[in-house]
Amino acid sequence: MTGERVTGPGAQLLRVEQLTGGYGAVRVLHGLDFTVDDGEVVVILGANGAGKTTTLRGLSGLIDARGRVAFAGHDIVGWRPERIAAAGIAHVPQGRGTITELTVDENLRLGAYTRRDRDVTTDMERWYEVFPRLAQRRRQAAGSMSGGEQQMLAIARALMARPKLVLLDEPSLGLAPIITQELFRTLGTLNVEQGISMLIVEQNAGLALGIAQRGYVLETGSIVVSGSSAELAGNDDVRRAYLGI
Amino acid sequence: MALFFTQLLNGIQNGAVYASLAIALVLIFRTTGILNFAQGEIALYSTYIVWKLTTTGMPVWLAILLAIAISFVGGALIERVIIRPVERSSPLVIVIVTIGMFLAINSLTQLQFGSGEQALPSFYPQHTWRPGGVLISSNTLALVGVLAVECALLYLVLQRTKLGLAFRGVASNPESSQLLGVPVGRILMVGWGLAAAVGALAGALVVPTTTGLVPSSMQQILVFAFAAAALGGFDSVFGAVVGGMIVGVADALTIGYVHTLRGIDLLVPFGLILLVLLFRPAGLFGTTRVERV
Repeated sequence: MTGERVTGPGAQLLRVEQLTGGYGAVRVLHGLDFTVDDGEVVVILGANGAGKTTTLRGLSGLIDARGRVAFAGHDIVGWRPERIAAAGIAHVPQGRGTITELTVDENLRLGAYTRRDRDVTTDMERWYEVFPRLAQRRRQAAGSMSGGEQQMLAIARALMARPKLVLLDEPSLGLAPIITQELFRTLGTLNVEQGISMLIVEQNAGLALGIAQRGYVLETGSIVVSGSSAELAGNDDVRRAYLGI
Repeated sequence: MALFFTQLLNGIQNGAVYASLAIALVLIFRTTGILNFAQGEIALYSTYIVWKLTTTGMPVWLAILLAIAISFVGGALIERVIIRPVERSSPLVIVIVTIGMFLAINSLTQLQFGSGEQALPSFYPQHTWRPGGVLISSNTLALVGVLAVECALLYLVLQRTKLGLAFRGVASNPESSQLLGVPVGRILMVGWGLAAAVGALAGALVVPTTTGLVPSSMQQILVFAFAAAALGGFDSVFGAVVGGMIVGVADALTIGYVHTLRGIDLLVPFGLILLVLLFRPAGLFGTTRVERV
């Protein structure tokens, strides 16, 4: 390691170097470098087709990726998705990944699949307190819930694994603005109060920068701007392209 | 009236076998979306294993249990070695692969065990009762009893264990389940293994109630099982059981009452498949996928 602290808040949790990847012969990512520190929220902004989803799918092993992805002391490039999940990366996929035919309860239990301890039920109650609307629907088939509820379920399900890092793929997609605001408020609270590290890819730059400490801008598979949230929010190009100002 | 009840019980007995093999089809279809045309032949091979073991003097019940265990491993291996490499291919390719397995396993069976008729004993005594002229056979009681136990065990595994939860998760959303750390490949192997085990049990139970074990023993049963699974909705174990019973009873009553259809009673399952596909493509108990976005 290069002198950073290796554990505890502020230590580097994820270090991505020269990440490339794509689908078949089509290369989408052209060598990305970025980091996430422990306890940090980092946002990757970008338009449709910039490679945001591909970046996350590369990190969680859903597509073949090359380069170096150092996570919690391992180079996880080439690992199978289930092994990466067990190592502590929880991926909330685009479109929420609801396991529609399982109940809300069962979705959360499956979220704890990699765990061997006996506190699963305790954790479920904890997340039901954070997301009371899920608690009202615990025996309901998850596919019958509204989009906002399914997004909350996806986040709660990811947290059931007690991950070291949560990847969120456009959590605002398809949600009403008021639901999106509530969602980001909850994500911000989870980060501040529980110290949960997150890597969020979003088009909704305003809300995402509001809870992130740092960010990157992705354009056609390359990172073109990086900086603190304040720097990005003040950057003229970012403001024009992603904040609509 | 005695004829009616006798045929009804016959139908239920056959229905229990169709249901068992239909459950095997459903277990694989739910997780992989594959219609396994080789399921009957896999069960045939398992039944020959039972027969081979009994020829060494082993008690039938022990031979069945051993064959179930061997079939579980064999089914899992088939998934890993034959199906896994083509799982991302088009459905047409996979159908061809399972039909290829159908032919290959049938030929292997003949090569290894010969094509002559073999006698397979049952693990319970053969007995019949005739209360009020209705013919009740110990076969009916045994087959229905075993089906009930099989369903209860499957229910417990699928609904009450972590493995069952993972199995249902993979059936509903494989990618999400994988992201939660579920080893999808291993779960699919378990599904194929379970299906082969269920099929072994079906074969070992049905063959002693028929004339004998021949390489074509399971072929007509597979057609009835497909009708049962289609009727039940292909992704519901409960539907497979109800579908099996409906097909079995409909067939038995046809044979009992519609003399013109004797010998061509395969028309009944084919007719039922046709009707279901026409009027209720999702089957009687199939999941109509409800999803809000």
